[in-house]
Amino acid sequence: MIERLVASASSYAPDIDGLILLIAVLVGFWFLLTEAVFFWLILRFRARDGQRAEYITGEEKSQKRWITIPHLLVLVCDIFIVVGAVRVWYEVKQHLPEAQQTVRVIGQQWAWSFVHPGPDGRLDTADDIKTVDELHLQKDVTYHFELTSRDVLHSLSIPVFRLRQDAIPGRVIRGWFRPTKTGVHDFQCAEICGIGHGIMAARVIIETPDEHAAWMAEHAPTTSLAAAAVR
Amino acid sequence: MAETVPSHPPAPEEGHPHHEEMSFWSKYIFPLDHKMIGMQYLFTGIAMAMVGGFFAYTFRMQLAFPGIEVPGWGLVSPADYNALVTNHGAIMIFWVAMPVLIAAFGNFLIPLMIGCDDMVFPRINRLSYQIFFLSVLVLIASFLVEGGAFGGAWTAYPPLSAKAEYSLTPLGSSLWLLAVALEFVAFLLGGINFITTAMNSRAPGMKMYDIPIVVWMIVLASIMFMLSVGPLVAGAVMLFFDQQLGTGFFDPARGGDPVLWQHLFWFFGHPEVYVVLLPAMGIVAEIITVFARKKLFAYKTVLYTAFGTGILSFTVWAHHQFVAGIDPRMAHIFTITTLLISVPIAEMCFVYIATLYGGSIRLTTPMLWALAFIAEFLIGGVTGIFLGASGADIYFHDSYFVLAHFHYTFFPIAIIGFYAGITYWFPKMFGRMLDDRLGKIHFWGTIIPFNGIFLPLFILGLAGQHRRIYNYEHFPELATPELQALRVLATVSLLVMLGFQLVFLVNFVRSLRRGEKAPQNPWKANTLEWQAPSPPPHGNFATLPTVYRGPYEYSVPGRAEDYWPQNAPE
Ligand code: HEM
Ligand SMILES: [Cu+2]
Repeated sequence: MIERLVASASSYAPDIDGLILLIAVLVGFWFLLTEAVFFWLILRFRARDGQRAEYITGEEKSQKRWITIPHLLVLVCDIFIVVGAVRVWYEVKQHLPEAQQTVRVIGQQWAWSFVHPGPDGRLDTADDIKTVDELHLQKDVTYHFELTSRDVLHSLSIPVFRLRQDAIPGRVIRGWFRPTKTGVHDFQCAEICGIGHGIMAARVIIETPDEHAAWMAEHAPTTSLAAAAVR
Repeated sequence: MAETVPSHPPAPEEGHPHHEEMSFWSKYIFPLDHKMIGMQYLFTGIAMAMVGGFFAYTFRMQLAFPGIEVPGWGLVSPADYNALVTNHGAIMIFWVAMPVLIAAFGNFLIPLMIGCDDMVFPRINRLSYQIFFLSVLVLIASFLVEGGAFGGAWTAYPPLSAKAEYSLTPLGSSLWLLAVALEFVAFLLGGINFITTAMNSRAPGMKMYDIPIVVWMIVLASIMFMLSVGPLVAGAVMLFFDQQLGTGFFDPARGGDPVLWQHLFWFFGHPEVYVVLLPAMGIVAEIITVFARKKLFAYKTVLYTAFGTGILSFTVWAHHQFVAGIDPRMAHIFTITTLLISVPIAEMCFVYIATLYGGSIRLTTPMLWALAFIAEFLIGGVTGIFLGASGADIYFHDSYFVLAHFHYTFFPIAIIGFYAGITYWFPKMFGRMLDDRLGKIHFWGTIIPFNGIFLPLFILGLAGQHRRIYNYEHFPELATPELQALRVLATVSLLVMLGFQLVFLVNFVRSLRRGEKAPQNPWKANTLEWQAPSPPPHGNFATLPTVYRGPYEYSVPGRAEDYWPQNAPE
């Protein structure tokens, strides 16, 4: 359903889409049924000359059944949805799988900056690659992200991953994703952050291992440059 | 408690100069009469709805045709856009939904429906409106000060709202906050009055279960408002100090916590949704019973589910904060409570639908509005389930899906509920009938485009479009012609809908002056307001009524008439 509108490019995107579909089916059923009964009643019980309405209190058990049974069934549907929601949530937000790489994401008014590990695969070393508004990832690698903000709230939202997480100044929030398809996609800041909020665009660039290595080779500070930078 | 049958308290004589002619000044500007105070709230609310609607028109034009000079506004800068969205939201909730649904209908209806001559505290009532009016002035002032109006969203999350260097509106944000706080004070005062009056001044014979549902709903809403607003007022004071005195309650650099505000805000903000929902549900209950000529199905169930909803609504607030950086384990609890609250709400909808069964349904204009409320609110209700389910909200949070969802709840509440109420009680309020044909044109001219505005926004949300962004051309994947066409469809629908509101205005003004004179009880309704003259004079009833039965005894077998007024001895 959603895939027709926005690509699905993370390992958990299909699970979120599946949950959305489950909810759509369950509530869609109730919605259509209720509206159908509703319109049928309106048509069926239009005022007719000489015919009086019935006197029904709705307080008797046999009458109340008409609402208690549907509402118990709604409760049963709710249980299915809760179970689905909890499972997906646990997978995406609560349980972090072992990371192969870690990237740092920093929001500020009004740009995103990213710190990628360099060829050594570790953050906070001289060969880190810093970019603005471009997040470079390698397909089929499990990433952790460390998300923070320099000023106000921002929100990292990558629709193709189905991922959303607010960034809070003074805190580092850790989460994960695993890209599963190559491609270039935009993302927006999802929490209003001042007059530049509407232009706080960035792109995620998901590459094959070869492309990623080539990008890294091109952008990693050479040792001498890095040393110069340290000095 | 259900068995106490109160008698009339002595009327506060000094407040009610029944016999002298009142000056224009004391009748219309500083009234003590609950009906006139209700009118003040009503007309102020309608005026603010026009402002809120104008803002929506302006930013929707910008979204459909980015960069154009919007007729009536001009170029919409990013700062304008943020200020318009922020104030559109705040106005529609605090200055339209609350004054119209709670204050206007509450003031007009409560004393009439419980059969007494006025509110218990007429002077507090007057003060309530005066403070409310002041809050409007402060809000207007926030647009005129240097730096311009506040643009940090109606939720006003710090640090953006707390520091001028971030928001760039040093005065606008404080005035906005002050306006909201004053509005809270006004509604606290009004709420005290509603609760006290409904509990103490009921006509002799009116037991708890004889109170019309709409009165119950407004009372419940007032109680919920009182219980939830305290933390936010405290939060507003802290935020004001952060803005103006440089304290650091919400500033992480100085040990504060921005997420604290979110808890305070939503602890109020979520019950607030039900604060405006319940009165609208109450209005709908009155109308469907009258025009289906049916007793309300399971009155007590409605009442208990409303209470249940009220209590549960205090336990769901963090579903607005799933991805805000709270402990991920918390999400499970709030998912469960949120889905639980769908049960009483679904039950209320079922009850209303069951009421139609066996009825003799007349599709008058008020009835059309009441039925439309149910049909449209259901869309808002079922789409809420997607957002309450934590796992799915990861994708939907702050997207246009959320936006479309809550407009499918708020629009039925604030706009459909208002039109239902006003078309139903207009004869009582102004003593004249509205034109039914114009009413129906206006109905269809509003309902069809309403869906044209918001159905496309669900699709945009599914496609990943976020809120509060003034121009999607910066995002190639969202700037496709197909998606832009949906934005244009929404905006064009809005223009059509706004155009049809003129039909209502014409109908309203014409009927006020030249409408057919309304009889005392044009709809053959049972509740007490219809047993008073149209419009009711100061003091309401010629002789104060005594109540013999519940409000929904329609089509009782064996009686000649199919209605049975609450105050008819036999
Ligand atoms: C007249 C028809 C209406 C239209 C066309 C409309 C349209 C919109 C749109 C497009 C937005 C989002 C703008 C953005 O995020 O960029 C918005 C925000 C909002 N609207 Fe409406 N709306 C209407 C009526 C209402 C009503 C009746 C209410 C409430 C009673 C309401 C409450 C809100 C709120 C609370 C927000 C969020 C503001 C924020 O993000 O801070 N709106 N509206
Ligand atoms: Cu941002």
